[in-house]
Amino acid sequence: MTLDFSTLLPYTDQILHGLMTTLWLTAVTTMAGIALAIVVAYLRDGASKGRPSLVSRLLGGYVEVIRNTPFIVQLFFLFFGLPALGIPISATVAALLAMTLNLGAYTAEILRAGIDSTQRGQHEAARALGLSRLQSFRHVVLVPAFSRVYPSLISQCIIVMLGSAVVSQISVFDLTYAANFIQSRNFRGFEVYLVVTLIYLLLAVGLRLAFEFVGRRLFAFRQGGSA
Amino acid sequence: MALVSVKDLHKSFGELEVLKGIDLEVEAGEVVSIIGRSGSGKSTLLRCLNQLERHDWGTIVLADQRLDGAAMSPGELSQNVGMVFQSFNLFPHKTVVENVMLAPLVVKQTPRGEARRIAESVLAKVGMSEKVDAYPAQLSGGQQQRVAIARALAMNPKVLLCDEVTSALDPELVGEVLRVLEELAREGMTLILVTHEMKFARDVSDRVVFMHQGRIHESGDPQTLFTQPRTPELSQFIASVL
Repeated sequence: MTLDFSTLLPYTDQILHGLMTTLWLTAVTTMAGIALAIVVAYLRDGASKGRPSLVSRLLGGYVEVIRNTPFIVQLFFLFFGLPALGIPISATVAALLAMTLNLGAYTAEILRAGIDSTQRGQHEAARALGLSRLQSFRHVVLVPAFSRVYPSLISQCIIVMLGSAVVSQISVFDLTYAANFIQSRNFRGFEVYLVVTLIYLLLAVGLRLAFEFVGRRLFAFRQGGSA
Repeated sequence: MALVSVKDLHKSFGELEVLKGIDLEVEAGEVVSIIGRSGSGKSTLLRCLNQLERHDWGTIVLADQRLDGAAMSPGELSQNVGMVFQSFNLFPHKTVVENVMLAPLVVKQTPRGEARRIAESVLAKVGMSEKVDAYPAQLSGGQQQRVAIARALAMNPKVLLCDEVTSALDPELVGEVLRVLEELAREGMTLILVTHEMKFARDVSDRVVFMHQGRIHESGDPQTLFTQPRTPELSQFIASVL
């Protein structure tokens, strides 16, 4: 067989549309997922020191359920399950929700490792200065914790971006959906998926570089040396 | 009326009784050094004074106000009692001036401009005006400890607790930190220090307290205490550290 990429040209719009959907889904769920993870990590933080509260247990359950079931099942559960319970939900909202909940659970665990490795002296200094638990978490614990687990966080966000391909299964018009759509029209599967694979690869590399760029600025304090 | 008044303070960690009834009064402007072997309870006493440890029994009164139990909120407490730690404990992601401004901003709700002014003035006092925008990782141990002192002073506490503040420092950096403390003492700051710097304890303190096995074994003015110890435990201790 011969490769003929010109067969893709009529579908440029679909590819761009799919790419845009993948991009904004990733952007929104990355931000929402990290925000969710911060809340979950804070509320679960007390759990390691003594009696876990009901809230902490429920959140622990949420984290375990997400981490021990396939993403596609979580997505189907929301998309098909919620309407059955009388809660109408669009494919896009289901995708956003599933991706956010998924990233939130994994990131909460990643972040917890960072929080747990906070030196006791940091907590004591914060307490001696009169900071409340929430103030201490926000101003003292959080940023260094993020800086320690940042590499894992980047990987997790990339996994979610790549995993977003699954939302094509509930007909969200993302990059993978575009590929399936085009392939079903022009029967040029190899060309389509080659192009889409390359786009995903570039997205992943680009996302990593962007995260690293942000990280260098956000965590500039880690680069010691002389002033 | 003493500024700090500790009565019959007891503290146990599990089975181990670390403080076995401490009575201590500290006047405003007084500099009190607490000395003793490790495990004698000196650090625990200091940590009870700002409630990093909850004592089991006894009372702590500061300027006519009980500070133990729920009598004083952490925010109020921090405006009465400041603490400097052996390991500095600066916040690594904040610059020098941000470290100092944090508590005034979030605990006291001081306006930003005012907090900045306070921070610059306490940093000048510890000789760190040149480094306001540096991160802790860029500073020497002595510099970090001076910033930690400034950070405690920014809350304008009535008493400053110092827990072996020079123990983690290279010998050549000890002097700069002790000079800052001496200067504070001269200005009338009330200081309670747990220290292994016997020379400093002797030269700067108004009173030295020797702790032994969870009790105040002997206390008095530094000259008498160091030259004429009354108990064999103190004589042995002095012999071992001098």
